[in-house]
Amino acid sequence: MPEKTIESITVKRLDILNESGEADSSLMPSLSDDEIRKMYELLILSRVFDEHALNLQREGRIGTYAPIFGQEASQIGSACALERSDWIFPSFRESGVYIAIGYPIHMLFQYWAGDERGLITPEDLNIFPICIPVGTHIPHATGAAFAAKYKGDKTAAIAYFGDGGTSKGDFHEGFNMAGVFKLPVVFLCQNNQWAISVPRERQSASRTLAQKACAYGFEGIQVDGNDIFAVYKATRDALEKARHGGGPTFIECYTYRMSHHTTADDATRYRKEEEVEAWKLKDPILRLKLFMEKKRMWTEQYQKEVEDKSKTIVDNAVITAESISPSQPGDILAYTFETLTSRQSNQMKDF
Amino acid sequence: MPGNSKKLNMVQAINLALREEMQRDKNVILLGEDVGLDGGVFRVSDGLQKEFGAERIVDTPLEESGIVGAAIGMAVYGLRPVAEIQFMGFIYAAVDQIYSHASRIRSRSRGRYTCPLVIRTPYGAGIKPPELHSESAEAFFCHMPGVKVVVPSTPYTAKGLLISAIRDPDPVIFLESTRLYRLIKEEVPEGEYTIPLGKARIVQEGKEVTLIAWGSMLHRTLQAAEGLDAEVIDLMTLSPFDEETIFRSVKKTGRVVIVHEAPKTCGFGAELSATIAEDAMLYMKAPIMRVTGYDAVMPLPKLEDHYVPTFERIRKAIEEIMKY
Repeated sequence: MPEKTIESITVKRLDILNESGEADSSLMPSLSDDEIRKMYELLILSRVFDEHALNLQREGRIGTYAPIFGQEASQIGSACALERSDWIFPSFRESGVYIAIGYPIHMLFQYWAGDERGLITPEDLNIFPICIPVGTHIPHATGAAFAAKYKGDKTAAIAYFGDGGTSKGDFHEGFNMAGVFKLPVVFLCQNNQWAISVPRERQSASRTLAQKACAYGFEGIQVDGNDIFAVYKATRDALEKARHGGGPTFIECYTYRMSHHTTADDATRYRKEEEVEAWKLKDPILRLKLFMEKKRMWTEQYQKEVEDKSKTIVDNAVITAESISPSQPGDILAYTFETLTSRQSNQMKDF
Repeated sequence: MPGNSKKLNMVQAINLALREEMQRDKNVILLGEDVGLDGGVFRVSDGLQKEFGAERIVDTPLEESGIVGAAIGMAVYGLRPVAEIQFMGFIYAAVDQIYSHASRIRSRSRGRYTCPLVIRTPYGAGIKPPELHSESAEAFFCHMPGVKVVVPSTPYTAKGLLISAIRDPDPVIFLESTRLYRLIKEEVPEGEYTIPLGKARIVQEGKEVTLIAWGSMLHRTLQAAEGLDAEVIDLMTLSPFDEETIFRSVKKTGRVVIVHEAPKTCGFGAELSATIAEDAMLYMKAPIMRVTGYDAVMPLPKLEDHYVPTFERIRKAIEEIMKY
């Protein structure tokens, strides 16, 4: 008997806004001018935050920090598509997501300075504490989506991770279960081309990361991760699908880590300057600026106002973070269980 | 309130605890490999899918880390998941989820998020299975701050402890001895009763020597204690363990033998010995003795009986310290 092709896959790629700031109007999501301005202002604010965080680390005022430079559109674009009731499972490189959902900025500085209290999510937000081990939070999003579906909530979950995360076992296990139970979850990978010093082609021989979703029985799409409109549209559509019983979606945001892995890393040891230079032209903020300029939504004056306002917000957040009184040493023990064990009560006497 | 009681084995008692908790609280759900249609490979969840539906008794894909990881997401969202890992030897794939996440979520978020999750898993030797089906790795989990470890030894305590574990606000590892699943039957009341976590029980009172055991080893220890003036403690919860009951007993007897199935080095007996040495040394009349598995991997069934502490080894240890 002849062999037959029993499955073939196609992988879509979405681009809306090009490097010259021209948008494909047939694909353009419906966004008011105010919404576009808000996106732009969040991009600037998150970049200003990132720069401040780097400086503070260099001055020894915060600890190791994972910069988002270059990935702002992937983060702000996707976060702007979320409903307040949706559940977010972030990795350690998600400052833009936190800022976009209105997480108190001073708490981010507080966390990166080494104070767990920075992760006490305000009651009206559903963002999980930052996950340090790569990719291990992916099954958590699957479980939260299961719980939302079980309870009949119109809530979706979203997990953020990077290209390195797609190599982990928990990526497979989380995706696998989400596909089997057709859960309301969006998996968003910021493929920033580098996992510390290991380039994307060493993470997987797969031509795209997006196509991995096909093996789990749901759709994967690659989007230009530096194109905020494409990221927003893909995320919004995926969330909409999730809330209406359509199951999971995997979005690969094709982007670039412009900075070091963290402040403890030196990217010049393993990658070429030309590569970084080439990506500068694809900057996510620059192209939205060009788009807005064409629409007469951007002026030098506006830029200055947005930058000044962002700097003020971030400066104030630093002041607030640094004026918070230190946490009590007893906090080390106090949050292990709901109540202290008798042995812990004895250990507490040390404080 | 407890109602009529019936003679049940441990499988039936655990099944009853699950059923009653699921009837009481819609947020309690069960997930794992083969737990639904098949009722679990030991039939612990037999009949539950029929009563509660496939939405609540969830047959998952074969992925231990995914099961625990998803259960963490469920717990944080507001459910009370009970995850089953089919055998303790397969929990190793999920240790990352337990140690890196379940145990730390409360602390990491300074109490903003909690993880009320139970992970049930059959442990220990006794059913002559293939490799990695007879593991006794309780000490790993006792070393993890933020996780409780419970090991019942009888049908009655299994039910009461499991109900407490499900209602506990923090993650609990619940170890069920495969050897004991169908070994003994005892009266188990229907309806609600709980046995508090963190408390041991004195199974036999005595004045000459204290014997500490849990799970399957309790019964062998009781046999070894027959005819002796020995106090036998069933620890029930290993983490956090009941220091007070142990101190009260060893201060009275001045002698202690600890019995467990796991390897000796860094086994939970080491923690108990150190605790007794630190806080009750001056009451001791004899060295603290441990009767344990060997510092080797659990063998396949042909040699299994040579690995697990025997009646003779326990008895010998008792005789040894009675010389002091």
